[in-house]
Formats: sequence, structure tokens, C-alpha cells
Amino acid sequence: MLTFVIRRMIATVFVVFTITVLVFLIFFHTPGVDPARKLAGRNPSPDTIKAIKHQYGLDRPLPVQYLILMKKLFISRDLTSYSNQGQKVVPEIVAATPVTLSLVLGAAVIWVVVSILMGVAAAVLRGTIFDPMLMVLALIGISMPVFWLGEMANLITQDRYHDTFLFSWVPPLGYTPLTQDPVMWFKHLVIPWLVLSVLYIGLYARVLRADLLETENEDYVRTARAKGLSERRVLLRHTLRTSMISFVSLFGLDFGVLVGGGALLVEVVFALPGVGLLTYQSLISLDLPVIMATVIYGAIFIVIANAVVDVGYAWLDPRVRPA
Amino acid sequence: MSDPAAPLMRARGVRKYFPIKRGVVFQREVARVHAVDDVDLDLMPGETVGLVGESGCGKSTFGRCLIRLHDLTDGTIEFDGQDISTLDRKQMRPLRREIQMVFQDPYASLNPRKRVGTIIGDPLRIHGVGARGDVNKRVQELLELVGLSPEHYNRYPHEFSGGQRQRIGVARALALSPRLIIADEPVSALDVSIQAQVVNLLSDLQDDLGLTYLFIAHDLSVVRHVSDRIAVMYLGKIVELAPAEELYDRPIHPYSEALLSAVPVPDPDVERERIVLQGDVPSPITPPSGCRFHPRCRYATDICTTTEPPLVKHAEQHLAACHHPLNLRS
Amino acid sequence: MSGAPLLEVRDLSVSFRTQDGTVHAVDGVSFTVNRGEVLGIVGESGSGKSVTAMTLMRLILDQNAVFSGEVLFQGRDLMQLSQGDMLQVRGKQISMIFQDPMTSLNPVYRVGWQIDEQLRAHEGLSAKQARRRTLELLGAVGIPNPEARIDDYPHQFSGGMRQRVMIAMGLSCNPDVLIADEPTTALDVTIQAQILELIGNLQREFDSAVVLITHDLGVVAEVADRVAVMYAGRIVEYAEVGELFRGPQHPYTWGLLGSISRLDRPRQRRLAAISGQPPSLISLPAGCSFRPRCPFAFDRCRAERPALEARSGPGHLDACLLSADQKQARRAATPEAS
Repeated sequence: MLTFVIRRMIATVFVVFTITVLVFLIFFHTPGVDPARKLAGRNPSPDTIKAIKHQYGLDRPLPVQYLILMKKLFISRDLTSYSNQGQKVVPEIVAATPVTLSLVLGAAVIWVVVSILMGVAAAVLRGTIFDPMLMVLALIGISMPVFWLGEMANLITQDRYHDTFLFSWVPPLGYTPLTQDPVMWFKHLVIPWLVLSVLYIGLYARVLRADLLETENEDYVRTARAKGLSERRVLLRHTLRTSMISFVSLFGLDFGVLVGGGALLVEVVFALPGVGLLTYQSLISLDLPVIMATVIYGAIFIVIANAVVDVGYAWLDPRVRPA
Repeated sequence: MSDPAAPLMRARGVRKYFPIKRGVVFQREVARVHAVDDVDLDLMPGETVGLVGESGCGKSTFGRCLIRLHDLTDGTIEFDGQDISTLDRKQMRPLRREIQMVFQDPYASLNPRKRVGTIIGDPLRIHGVGARGDVNKRVQELLELVGLSPEHYNRYPHEFSGGQRQRIGVARALALSPRLIIADEPVSALDVSIQAQVVNLLSDLQDDLGLTYLFIAHDLSVVRHVSDRIAVMYLGKIVELAPAEELYDRPIHPYSEALLSAVPVPDPDVERERIVLQGDVPSPITPPSGCRFHPRCRYATDICTTTEPPLVKHAEQHLAACHHPLNLRS
Repeated sequence: MSGAPLLEVRDLSVSFRTQDGTVHAVDGVSFTVNRGEVLGIVGESGSGKSVTAMTLMRLILDQNAVFSGEVLFQGRDLMQLSQGDMLQVRGKQISMIFQDPMTSLNPVYRVGWQIDEQLRAHEGLSAKQARRRTLELLGAVGIPNPEARIDDYPHQFSGGMRQRVMIAMGLSCNPDVLIADEPTTALDVTIQAQILELIGNLQREFDSAVVLITHDLGVVAEVADRVAVMYAGRIVEYAEVGELFRGPQHPYTWGLLGSISRLDRPRQRRLAAISGQPPSLISLPAGCSFRPRCPFAFDRCRAERPALEARSGPGHLDACLLSADQKQARRAATPEAS
């Protein structure tokens, strides 16, 4: 276990290093990028720009700039945004994390429950009309772009039908922390949850159905039947249990990606001040410190999710446990 | 062809260990699987040597070492007087024409997307033997030789039954007119009645083409039927080597004795003493000290646990590695 | 023996509708199994032996399968039972062990748990009682140190040991009938010998009936009391084991016996292979299914499907139109087949 943790930590450091260097280099090679000009305000004189460059260390060699950036990010933690001076990057991310977590956790609960129900139902109803119907439904879910779906949801709940009894409870776009008002928190998030989970419900239901049908042909499922177990028990304890192995690993990775900033589109559409929105804004304004911080945050979450998946995998499948 | 009394293939002290690696960042070897451990074997021109043993005894690995599909950990292999144990891939290429392999699983060893004619003709094309028209003609000859019809040229492997696929595998192996064929469990995936067809085919081909076979199998009845000499392997070592009939009449090694007695005989009236070995084959990662068979051997004494018995000659052409040899003629 | 057999199969047929046509996997198979007896069913792949076994357990769930015939067990026709009632039979009165012990145990559960599961389903034992019984069973099937192994996972066992676990599971509820579908095919010969010995000992001890399905005539000769030889979905010969090996009546049985090289006989020059391939189960030849491969076929074989009946003596059934004398003459004339 210790070996595993150490290996993961080394991997995390390596991944974060590689990604930050890549982001850094790409940033300075993007045309039209000049942080000093941005910092200097409108129509600056060349002297001002020079002074700013010096002040921010932008006139120093790139490796040194990189190190300064990293130092400000990790050690002194006082890195400030280029486009919005005075805005400290690290607290900004810390404040955005619970929003993203709320969004992704809620959606995850929905998509796991619904996709298991759909996948199992389709597998059990194989040979009837319901199986292809469920799968077409899943395919529709997969094919709908999340931003379009989000905008449609907004159009319906905020605009067209907001005044009907159906959607009058929907608050204006935005976010309320759970600690402040749990009911409002829920009201703000329930539509984004549904929108975000649609794609994953479709994906997971299809994967699970395929897995279940494959497991159904395994010899040990036949053994379970030969033992005289009920169909229900065979399904839940044998077929579904082993099919969950790939389901769970897939889930871990998707979850990591979403928490790491992958829910960007949903956050933008529903104006949720999470890490995704932060990333989006920093990308629009080409704000290197924020981009860097969000990228590192995302990388760390994805690597952690990977590690959790590996542990979960070993927990679900004794064959891969180290002896 | 060279001296008929000289072996076509001569293996000396062949070892193949597979390392087991572990480590945080840098992988280091923590143990090794002793798959093949100091094996000597000669294959004389025109003979069939059977190599038997249970799964995990290293018989397939040894076969793959001979054709250099594995690099040796130690030892030498000579083919027709030439040391091939250190040749690289390029240097091995001309030799691939002389040594061919037939595999166990006729379902997995043929490319499902290629037509039969292409599968059999590929070795010819790869080695640049003959012009295009010649290749087609040769493939049709080969199809006929293995008992398929030339019309099968354009079919795909899935259109054939297991036995027919194995014939295709044999035809492919024969394409370059090799002198030695290493057949790794060539019939064990087939039904009994089909096994007999393929076994007969192999022996006809040997008579017609003067082939030398190394026949690797776990089925002692089949091995005895096809082989002139038989080598019995246990945990990476040859424990007995004898002419086929001699091995079955007078096994010297207790493992051979047990192995033979374990084969069910299709005659309920035959009363035989059945020696049922206890336990499983030990791990080849940490083979037992002394004689590797001693934990399961009913004749084992103290010396067997400490001293490894050498493979010594007990009768003409009959070698065994045991401290307590059985069935010796006084 | 109390008159009626323990298990009686009457005219059982199983076919599968496929896109290419109907596959006649099992075609009019009848046999009986008595208490304390081992019935061997021998055949090559596609002979219908495994489908027969799976059908006895009602384990074929394919929606395209069509069944007919009766499987009488203790006076009840299993084919007519509801799936719910069948649960009481499966694993409790009739249990089954399978060919490949590597894949027949669920990899994610401990072996003890998997045996417990069956005990708890049928015997209503508490967790503690089930565990005690499981320990006994593991000991009885020769697993060394069962206390230490009961909580291991299947992948920690060798193939032979896994098959012992499967046998322990099969015997856990003292079944009346144990169906063993190629129980030793995936194992090495020395391990096969262990497992056959174990099945024999346990069968005597538990006094169950065993249906042993195999392709290996050697295994049958060693273990079975009676033998049914199957070819292309039908039983072609059915006799007491000594009868079958001393005086086989069907040319297919001769072919099978000639195809195997025998350790107890001097080495033959050639094996008497049966020429050709087994027929397609979708379009079986008219008359006798073995006719296209049979060296002794004559006109009637094409026209008439031979019934399985006693032609050479009571209790020895075969499905070949030749008379017993003709068979003897033909068999004597082909030295390879003797």
C-alpha cells in the first residue's frame, strides 16, 4: 500500500510538472499575448510597460519566470491575477471548489442510480421491445450537447414556463452555499444536476447493459444458477456485482475529470461560480496565473481520481490485489 | 544434408528464466520463474521426439527456445552444426525456413481476416521464394498434401472445422519445406476422431518428406503413438529420456511411472495399479531443493531432498534423473 | 433398488432456432439413472451431451430453444416445473459441476462464501452452521488446511483445487444426482486421476447417482457403470460398461475406440481415424446420421433412421441397422477397429 501511495505521489508531481510547463510554454507562444500590456491599462507609454515588465519579472528568462510563478503559487500563495489585479488566485480556487463539488456530486448520484436502473432493466428485458427503446433513449441522451441542453433548460425554466406552477420555484441563475441555505442550494442545483447527468446516464446505461450481457455468459453465472439461486440473486450478487468493476472504474475517471474542471460548460450556462467558470473566464482573458492554477487543480484531481479508481478496482476485484 | 549420425538439432544446458519485477520507480528483479532449467536434448534427422509433461513444466517454453521465439537465459542450441543460440532476428531469418512451428489452437493461430491461400502462401512471399504464379501453385500442392482441396484456396479460416484448420496450420508450416517441425500440442484442441486424422497426417508427411518432429503434448497416449523417443519434463527439467516403447514398458523415474499410470485406459477389464500423486506441482519460482519431484514422490528419501540427481544413462538410450531408479534390469 | 429409476429421461429433444435454420442439438434421447450408479455419456463436441446435461438442470435460458420430452425425477417431470419450483431441485436434489474450474467460480467472492451461499439457499442454515459445514466439505474433498483456505479467493487456488471446491459445492446439499460435465478435461492427467478418485469415493460415500459427461472413453471405462455414446444429438449405443468395451455394436463406437492410441496395447502403425467431419446439426443427413462417415453403410441406412434397440442382447442397445452377426463379421474384418 505504501509503495502504491509513493508511486502515485511521484506520478502526480510528474504529471503536474509536465502540464504546467506545457501550459506555460503554450501561453507565451500564443499570438497577441502580452501580460504587461494588459497590466498597464489603456494606452500605456513604453516606459510604463517596461516598468511593469520589470516589476512582474516578465523581462527575465522564461525558466526563471516559470519558477517565480510556481513559487508564488505553491509557496507564498500570493499569486495575483493579471487581468483583475488584487484578485488572489489561490483563495479564488478554494472558494470555487465547493461549488463544483456540489454540482458534480449531485449529478453523479443521479447518473449512477438512473444508469444502473436503465442498464439492468435493458439487460433483463432483452428480447422485448423495451431493451431497444431504453438504448435509443440512452443514445439520445449521449447525443445532446450539454450546453444546448442547458440553454434549453434555462429557456424553459427561467423564461417560457417560469410563470407556470411547474417552474415557478426555480430561482434565478446563480448559487447559494449549502451551509447558508440548504433548500436554496438544492433549488439552484437541481436543474444543472439533471442537465449534467443526461450524457452520463446514456453512456453508463449502455456500458452497463453490454457488460451485464457479457457477464451473463460467464461460467460462474451458470454455476450460480446451478446452485439453485433465484434469478434476482444471480443478477444482483453475481452478474451485477462483477459488471460493476468496469462501471466503477469508468465512474472514477469521469468524476475526476468533472471535478477537475470538466463541468465547465454547465457552470457557464447556469452561472455557477465553480472552477469551470473560473477556467472559462481566465481563458477568455488569457490570464496566465488563473489558467495555471486551474490546470494544476484539475491535474491533481484527475490523478487523485485515478488513484482512487485503482484502489476501488482492487477492492472490487480480488484478483488485482497485491499478494 | 550432412552426416546422418549427427543430430539435426542439439540443445545443451538450455535455461530460460522469466524475471518477476517489482519496485517503486525502478523495477528490480525479485524472483524468477525457472521455466526451463538446464535441458539437453538431441533431435536426430528423421526422428520424432515426444516432449511430455504437465502444464507449467516448461515444455512449450523449451520448444519456443529452440526456434528462438524466446531468448535463452543460458545454454546453446545448434541446428545442423551451426550455433543459433546467439543469432539476432535477421541472422535467424534463413533458419526460419528450416524450422517451423505448428501451434495448439487452430482457432487462434490463423489470422481470421486472411484467406487460406494467403495464410499458407505468406511464408513463401515473405522469404521471397518463387514468382507469383509459383506461389499459387505451391499453395495448391500444399493444400492437397494436407488433405484439403485446392478449392479451399479462397476461403476464410472460420469456414473450416478445427481439424481442417489444423491442416491449414500444417500446410503453412510446410510451405518452406522445413526440415524440423516443432509441434506444440497440435492435436489437443481437437476431438478424438479428428485427432487421429491429424496424427496420421503428420506421420504420413514425415514418411514422405523426411521431416524431423519435436512433438510437444500432455497426452501420453498420443505422444507414445507418434514418437521414437520421449522426454518427460517436470518443473523445467528433463527427468527421463527413453525410446517410446521402453519408457512405457519400463519407466525408470517415479514421475514417469505415475504419469503413465494416471492415464485412463479405455478398457474396464484392465486392472492396473493406479498411482495417484498427491498435491499439485510446486511453483517454478521456488522449485524444491534436491530432486524437484521429491515432495510428491513415494520413494523419496533424505538424499532426494538435498542432492539433485543428474540425468544418467541406465540402459541403451535410456536416461533418467533419479536416486531411486525403478525397473532396472539387473 | 426400488423399482423406478431415480432419474428417467424420455425422448428428450432440444433444438435452437437460428437465422441459418433449426439446430437439432439433442434429438430423442432417452436414458435412466439409478441410485448409486454412474452413467457415462460419451461424445465429441457437438454431440449434444452438454446440452442434454444443461437441459436436465433446466439451465438453458436461450429464448430460441425448443424442448420436448420428459425428465422424470422422483415421479415429477422437471420439464413441466415452474422456474420457482426448479430452484428447489437445482443445487439441492440435482447439482452440477462444470468443465473449466478456472472460470466456474465467481472471481470476486471467497470460496467459502460461494459454498455457504448454496447451503444458505437450500438448507436454511445460519451463517455459523453454514461455515462449519463448508469447512467439513472442503476437508472431505481433500483441500489441505481448510480453515486457512476457506477465506481465499478462487484465483489463489490451482485448477485441481478449484475443481475440488466445485465438487464440494456440488455435494454441499447431499444431492441425489450429481451431473459432472467434463469435470477433468481442463486438468492435467495426474490431477485428473486425483479428481476421478475423489468423485468415485464421494459417490460411494454419499450414495448419489452420477451422470458423467466426457469425451474420453478412458475416463468412462474407469468410472462409469453404464455408458451412452452420443453422436450428432442422438444416443447411438447404450450399454453396461463392460459390454460396451468388450463388444461395441455401433460403427461409430468402433471408430472412437480405434481413434485413440492405447497405452495398454502394443503400438499400432496407424490410428483408425474416422474419415470426414461430423454433420451439421442444421441439416442432418436422412436416415442414420453417421452414414456419410460409416464404412459399412448400405442402402437402408439412407432411407431409415435406426432406432435405439437391443440387437445383440438384452440391455445392450444400439442404433445401427446391421444385425449383430453382420456387425461381428465386419468388425472382425477390419483389424484396425478391434
